[in-house]
Amino acid sequence: MIEVSGIYKSFGKKGEIPALNDVYLDVKEGELFGVIGPDGAGKTTLFRIITTLLLPDKGYARVGRYDVQNDFRALRKILGYMPGRFSLYQDLSVAENLAFYASIFNTTIVANYHLIRDIYVQLEPFKDRRAGALSGGMKQKLALCCALIHKPQILVLDEPTTGVDVVSRKEFWQMLQRLKSEGITILVSTPYMDEASMCERLALIQQGRILSKGTPAGILSDYSGRLLSVRTGDIYKAKLALENAADVDDVYIFGESLHVKTQNLDPARIERLLAANSVEVFDIKVIPPTIEDVFLAKLQS
Amino acid sequence: MTAFFLILKKEFRQIFRDPAILRLIFLMPVLQLIILPFAADYEVKNIKVGIIDLDHSDYSRSLITKFENSSYFKLAVYSSDHHQALKWLEKEEADLVIEIPPRFESTLIRENSATLQLVVNAVNGTKGNLGAAYTSGVIQQFNQEIRKDWFEFPRFNPEPFITVVPISLYNPYSDYQRFMVPGILAVLLTMTGGFLSALNIVKEKELGTIEQLNVSPIRKYQFILGKLVPFWLLGFVILTLGLVVSYVVHGIAPGTNIGNIYIFTALYLLAIVGFGLLLSNFTSTQQQAMMVAFFFMLIFILLSGLYTTIESMPPWAQKIAYINPLTYMVDAMRMVLLKGATLRDLLPHLRVIAAIGIVLNFLAIWTYHKRS
Repeated sequence: MIEVSGIYKSFGKKGEIPALNDVYLDVKEGELFGVIGPDGAGKTTLFRIITTLLLPDKGYARVGRYDVQNDFRALRKILGYMPGRFSLYQDLSVAENLAFYASIFNTTIVANYHLIRDIYVQLEPFKDRRAGALSGGMKQKLALCCALIHKPQILVLDEPTTGVDVVSRKEFWQMLQRLKSEGITILVSTPYMDEASMCERLALIQQGRILSKGTPAGILSDYSGRLLSVRTGDIYKAKLALENAADVDDVYIFGESLHVKTQNLDPARIERLLAANSVEVFDIKVIPPTIEDVFLAKLQS
Repeated sequence: MTAFFLILKKEFRQIFRDPAILRLIFLMPVLQLIILPFAADYEVKNIKVGIIDLDHSDYSRSLITKFENSSYFKLAVYSSDHHQALKWLEKEEADLVIEIPPRFESTLIRENSATLQLVVNAVNGTKGNLGAAYTSGVIQQFNQEIRKDWFEFPRFNPEPFITVVPISLYNPYSDYQRFMVPGILAVLLTMTGGFLSALNIVKEKELGTIEQLNVSPIRKYQFILGKLVPFWLLGFVILTLGLVVSYVVHGIAPGTNIGNIYIFTALYLLAIVGFGLLLSNFTSTQQQAMMVAFFFMLIFILLSGLYTTIESMPPWAQKIAYINPLTYMVDAMRMVLLKGATLRDLLPHLRVIAAIGIVLNFLAIWTYHKRS
């Protein structure tokens, strides 16, 4: 459904790091595809090219039967785009915004109400309130409604969960799952690695390059090491001690604990090593890698 | 076409919801037209005169009385000390000083001529020049009178005598307000038509709302037309308000050719809204747009013949003035309001405005991109 091939895009002067560097991507029809990477990785640039807002320097992208450069007019009819920044009319009310976006696509709220019903019922009590006066989560829901109201075949969402609380984030992903079941192809980006498991397939992106692609399970199985999670009294001292140890491929701070990538999965050995450096150990266990671990490992290599 | 009406509807909704814009549209023209013409007035009145009288004669007293009686002058200071003159000018107690030398009267009688000294503060050139000219006029009149005293004129003039009687057409009392009001109205139309439309589009850019429109099937021309028409219509509202104020406050009756103003304005607003659109294509924040608009507004106003005549500008400035759309609007407004110009009279101006409008709008549409 979406095919991105050898896309290259740079802004500004020559010699600077390109925003996108030889990007390939394919999204199947009806799929919920995630693009995951930190801020500045090139997610927004990629999405702006797919949504016909930006022209690539090299390569091509096709959405459905349409080329983003040549058939942009036809493509815009089947595309729903929700930019990362809230970009509805703040001085129009919820209902007016929705009606406006429905009408510029030559449709009505009633015609496609079934698509947005579940989301819109939460907005309904505020339908006469100006969009600018809504809470963050409500704004996101309204933006999603506006992107959906013309029943797009492809929905492109740029960081829809950034700056939204944990409960609303979870709710938002559930909404996307429901939309997927309606047959809409969804391309979504997020900087949160923990949201990777919500996607059917995903691509990890960093500095304009795709690091890895596949199903969440597939990407995790690519991970070529074993992982220990260590909780200690002095996390920095422990990190220093383990960094120089033999057999340890990588050590990094992961929230409140330390992730140790190693081929030798003997917790007792690590514990002894830390004790020798007078670091108190609370807990050591073998854990399966998360997407974030994969991402960090890919960055290392 | 429906897309165009949708944008239009949305624009009007937003405009009528913005109290700042409403105030700008309705209060600004009314207040400015009421206040500005009274203040922006080149007529020089209340010139402060200082007199140093070293003669103290009948003639010197009657000359002083002449100044006292004139509405242009105000006798501010009087002294018999020659050194006082410069001090008055320095302290701005007097704008000009007339010094009547000792034995003024007796010299005049004995030798048939006498001299007076006139010293003028020329920091404000206009005031200085006009003050000196008015003073000469008063002294001339004084001269005439004393000649009459000396010898009676014969019944028939022995020499031919030419008297010039000026008649002021179109503005019979040479009233400065009548000259300024139409011009200021033209400036107001430019500000609201051109710059509100520019700010409006840039606002969509700044808030990112233009992104959503750009991925929609709305076409370039539909978007631009939808933005252009509301400000075009608002221009007519401002024009009508302005004409009412001119009539009520300044007594300028537009006469039977009032329709011509609307026809001309229709074309002019198209040109100036095109300018606003062009401006918006090259700026990305409202602040930038504001500053650039301000820059152009100053040039438009100063090089439009609103305050100063274009003919007296240096040649390069005249060239700019003749491609300045405001020049034609100011002139057309004066032509219709003061002279009752017909469409035929306005035709040369209409042609130029149409050309400027086509160029500006073409450039605006050409440089507007939905994607980069």
